[in-house]
Parts: sequence; structure tokens; C-alpha cells
Amino acid sequence: MNLREISSLVFIVWLGLLLGAVLKIVAYDNILTGGVGTYILTHAAPELGAENIVTSVLLAYRGLDTLGELTVLFVAITAAGLVLGQRRTDAPSDSDAGFILRTAANLLFPFLIILGTYILLQGHFSPGGVFQGGAILAAAFFVPILASPASPLHHRVSRLVEGLVVATFMIICLLALFSDDAFLALLLGKGSVSQLFSAYSLPLLHIVIGFQIGTAFAGILARLQETEASD
Amino acid sequence: MLFWVALISVVVMLGAAFAVLFLENYLAATAAISVVSLALSVLFFVLQAPDVALTEAAVGAGISSVILALTLRRVGLWRIETHKDKQ
Repeated sequence: MNLREISSLVFIVWLGLLLGAVLKIVAYDNILTGGVGTYILTHAAPELGAENIVTSVLLAYRGLDTLGELTVLFVAITAAGLVLGQRRTDAPSDSDAGFILRTAANLLFPFLIILGTYILLQGHFSPGGVFQGGAILAAAFFVPILASPASPLHHRVSRLVEGLVVATFMIICLLALFSDDAFLALLLGKGSVSQLFSAYSLPLLHIVIGFQIGTAFAGILARLQETEASD
Repeated sequence: MLFWVALISVVVMLGAAFAVLFLENYLAATAAISVVSLALSVLFFVLQAPDVALTEAAVGAGISSVILALTLRRVGLWRIETHKDKQ
């Protein structure tokens, strides 16, 4: 047995022990009848004014986890950019795609932007979310690159947007800290359910995180696309 | 009705997942992975989780298969054929 087989065997045993421990410790009987889930289901809409319970869990009840998730994403994108490296200036770029793809990319761009922004704007009262909106925004910026690889994404601009967005998130958190003595506390008014301006500062956080995920995805896709293949 | 939609999407998922294992062409295998995600998003929608269905369609079927395809191209396993190569 070589080292790789031994290490994968150890990993499988460890994973099995972990799953067994989870199954033994977590009391699944209580999850359906009581506990946090039921509380959130009944209290989320009246407390926060947000109809979408997933969003209220993601940004309000477990907002700190989302902040950690954003940090992980930020670090992962930075590391991937580091590994993929810079493009040589004299490297030959791929030729443009065919007429159909180029025209479709130009046609799709505004619609994808509108769809992504819509999903981000109304995520607190109808199905939608930060990952979906961010992924659609990233696709809007990536499809034109796929159509004409010679005109790449401006990484400086995308990094600037990403930094600004994370800074805005932190500023919102700090404002809450100073006005309400709690990090990530809810700002602004509650409003009435199903309105655009409601649910405290959840829509703001929603838009900010969506933009961060969008720029992160677009940056990593563009970087993967433009680095030259090793033939 | 819902039962049949769920059954069809599960069968499609299973078929596509087996296709990933047995397909020789990397491009076809990547497309099959994205078919698994699409069928899974239909299943999520049937199970009344439109949020998760949207995520699965956008991230699972869209972004992750594009990342997979670009990575395959980056490591030289799948090249996009241009007009120059054919000539």
C-alpha cells in the first residue's frame, strides 16, 4: 500500500467516525417537533418583516456565519488568483467566437443584469437569494468574455468593486454596532411585509453580499478563461 | 402528477450520473454533470424549495460546470477547437 491509499483509508475511517458521532449526538426526534427550526418558522416573518425565511436566517439570525462565509470566499478567490497567476502580455488570445454566440451574448447582457438585480432586490420577500443573484450577475459578465476572448475583464475594476462591497458590508455592521450596541444588529425600520423597503437592513446586506459573490465568481471565471492552456 | 415529475427527474439524474462515469469525451461528461444538477433543481422545485432550486440551477448547473470545463481546458484535457486548428 502506498501513501495515497493509506491516507484515503484514514480519511474514510475518520469520516465514518464523524458521521457516527453526529448520528449519535444529534437528537433528530426533537428537530421536527421543537427546537430552533419551528421557532424560526413561526417567528421570522412577524419579527423581521421578511417573508423569505431563508434570507432572514442567512442575514439576520445567522448573519455572523454569513460574514465568515464571505471571508472564506474572499480568501479562496485570492488564493485561486495567486495559483493561476498573471497572463503573459505576449500570449496569443483565442479568436472570437462565431457570429451567433457573439450576437446572443450582446443580446443577453442587459437581460441577465436585470434578472440578477431583480433577484437581489426582492430576495427578502420572494424566492431568490444572494448566491443565485450573484451567479447570474457573474454569468452576465462572463458570457461576453466567452464570445470575444480578446477583450478581457478588467480585473482592477472587479477587485475594486469587490473591496468596496466588503467595505460597505463592514460599514453597515459597524453602524449597527454604534447605534444599537450589537454587531450586525438590524437598522432602519421594519416596514410592512412584502414591500421593497422593509425588513430592516436585510435588503441592503442582500444586495451587498450578492455583488460580492458576483464579482468573486466573475473574477475567478475570467481568470480561468484567460490563462493560457499548457499545450 | 408530482409523483411522476419527481420519478422522471430522479431517473434522469441517475442516468446522467452513470453517463458521467462511462462517457469517454470530457465535454460530454461535463454536460452530463450539469444535467444531474438541472434534474436536481426540478426535484427541489417539486419539494417546494424554490430558493434551493434557483441556487442549484445557477450554481450547480451553471457556474460549477463552466469552472469544470475551463479547468479541463486549462490542464490541456479538452481544447476548444478553433478555425486555425482545423486548417
